[in-house]
Amino acid sequence: MSEQVGLRGKAWFQAFTGKNSPMVGDPGSVLTADAKLGEDTARFLCVVPNPEARFPCAGRGEVGLEESYTLATRIREAIEQDKNGKKRPIIAIVDVKSQAYGRREETAAIFLATATAADAYASARMKGHPVIALVMGNAISGGFLTHGYQANRILAFDDAGVVIHAMHKEAAARITLRTVAELDELGHKIAPLSYDIHDYAKLGLLHKLLHVEDPDRPSQTTVAQVQKELIDAIADARAGSQDLSNRLTSPGAREMRKAGLAARARMEEQWRQA
Amino acid sequence: MSSAIVIPAYVRRHSFIELDARARAQSLMDPGSWRELVGPFDRIESPWLPMQGIAPQSDDGCVVLKGTIAGKPAVLIALEGKFQAGSMGEVSGAKMTAALDLATQDSQNGKKTAAVLLLETGGVRLQEANLGLAVIAEVMASILALREHAPVITVIAGTVGCFGGMSIAAGLSSYIVMTVEARLGLNGPEVIEQESGIEEFDSSDKALIWAINGGEQRVGMGVADELVLDDAEKIAASVQKYVRAGLPQVPRSQQVELYRERTAALDTSRQIDPLTLRKSWNRKTNQGGAR
Repeated sequence: MSEQVGLRGKAWFQAFTGKNSPMVGDPGSVLTADAKLGEDTARFLCVVPNPEARFPCAGRGEVGLEESYTLATRIREAIEQDKNGKKRPIIAIVDVKSQAYGRREETAAIFLATATAADAYASARMKGHPVIALVMGNAISGGFLTHGYQANRILAFDDAGVVIHAMHKEAAARITLRTVAELDELGHKIAPLSYDIHDYAKLGLLHKLLHVEDPDRPSQTTVAQVQKELIDAIADARAGSQDLSNRLTSPGAREMRKAGLAARARMEEQWRQA
Repeated sequence: MSSAIVIPAYVRRHSFIELDARARAQSLMDPGSWRELVGPFDRIESPWLPMQGIAPQSDDGCVVLKGTIAGKPAVLIALEGKFQAGSMGEVSGAKMTAALDLATQDSQNGKKTAAVLLLETGGVRLQEANLGLAVIAEVMASILALREHAPVITVIAGTVGCFGGMSIAAGLSSYIVMTVEARLGLNGPEVIEQESGIEEFDSSDKALIWAINGGEQRVGMGVADELVLDDAEKIAASVQKYVRAGLPQVPRSQQVELYRERTAALDTSRQIDPLTLRKSWNRKTNQGGAR
């Protein structure tokens, strides 16, 4: 796992919002700010490394207890403020190593903490906020389920530093009794196992893959480019449904998720007869 | 003296844990009310397991029954812990999501349909990795959509427990029912030991695991709703109670401020003693659900 987790997210957060510190009362690991994005003011959220984390297993860009509750609080704040007006877009900048793997976290029910953040993102989506996940680094396992995977639309940088996966490679190899080399080889044949973002894109879950020059250092040009993509994704989300059905109707899903779609069709058919 | 007096009820009970997923599911529905949907004879299997030399199962480890519970429309979705540790794959996830979405549609059309989830699962099926993670995100979305109309009741009976991404799905439920033999947590002890070291979590310390993840602790600290014996009748009675109860006032996963404050109050300079935490969190007001 790269030492750079979270730094790319922080650089882009700053480029989009002009800010680089948390809101008052929030831990150093969650950055939230409202900033202009086309005609809208969007709320940007990013989880970043925090060397001074209160929880020792949540300092390197993991999503832990404080990160989850802070995300939930800041998303619910936007929902509440916009309840009678235009629903502002919510942008999750995703560069998260994973969920926090600690005993303190388990003891204090991190499963519930992560649920509050996922609930907040999904609630925003169901109330008509366009929720966009912008994956620019790691989006691993519970980290992504908590921060980003409930979005209406998912964008990802087309870059070798972008990894979306259920488990980081070394652990997955150990648990499935394979070597890392075997896992890489299998990934080329079996797309859902792959750590390559191009294979992930085949699954039909992404709205778009963005090629961005020098993604570690956002420039005026690349920031304008990504802002335009975000604006397009927001418009697309506003025009579409408020559930995740677009992930099942995409050309990629129709090709790669045939068995799941068959199960779904059969369920619909038998449900009506039962 | 008759044997009925000598033999304690606990010995005479009908164990729920000893049943497979299908029998568990059937035991919780109103007798004669249910039908299994997309069952084993539909033969929709994981296409990914045979590619890796692993035998698939013709129901992909997910049993869906539609019928009634306590006389009310309900769908019951059970994961089979004995197949791939109840892990979520493309097909089992699609079955669960589709059934939840159909319950939502019926509920929106005036036929409120509760969902009961029997979760015995380690989370993502690693042989289907990214599709497993994707279906868990979709299951979470579908639980949240249904939960606005009808209760979603998670039952964790054991012995697999409920871990990984599916523990987040449990956290989104309207109610959680657990047995003493059940465990609930995001990261299993082996995963924590592997990622953070044996000093952080010694996964051979069974007493510690139960003290943290066990049903008694989770209900005791107020993050699950009811502790039941491993007894099919008692579990059925608990599920019926929550089906009748309808929606909780505020689902637990929306009680952000309460849990944020509790987290802020924790002393993180050392490990947290589970029993002390249970005592300090266990006040009537903090319990989710209809109370």
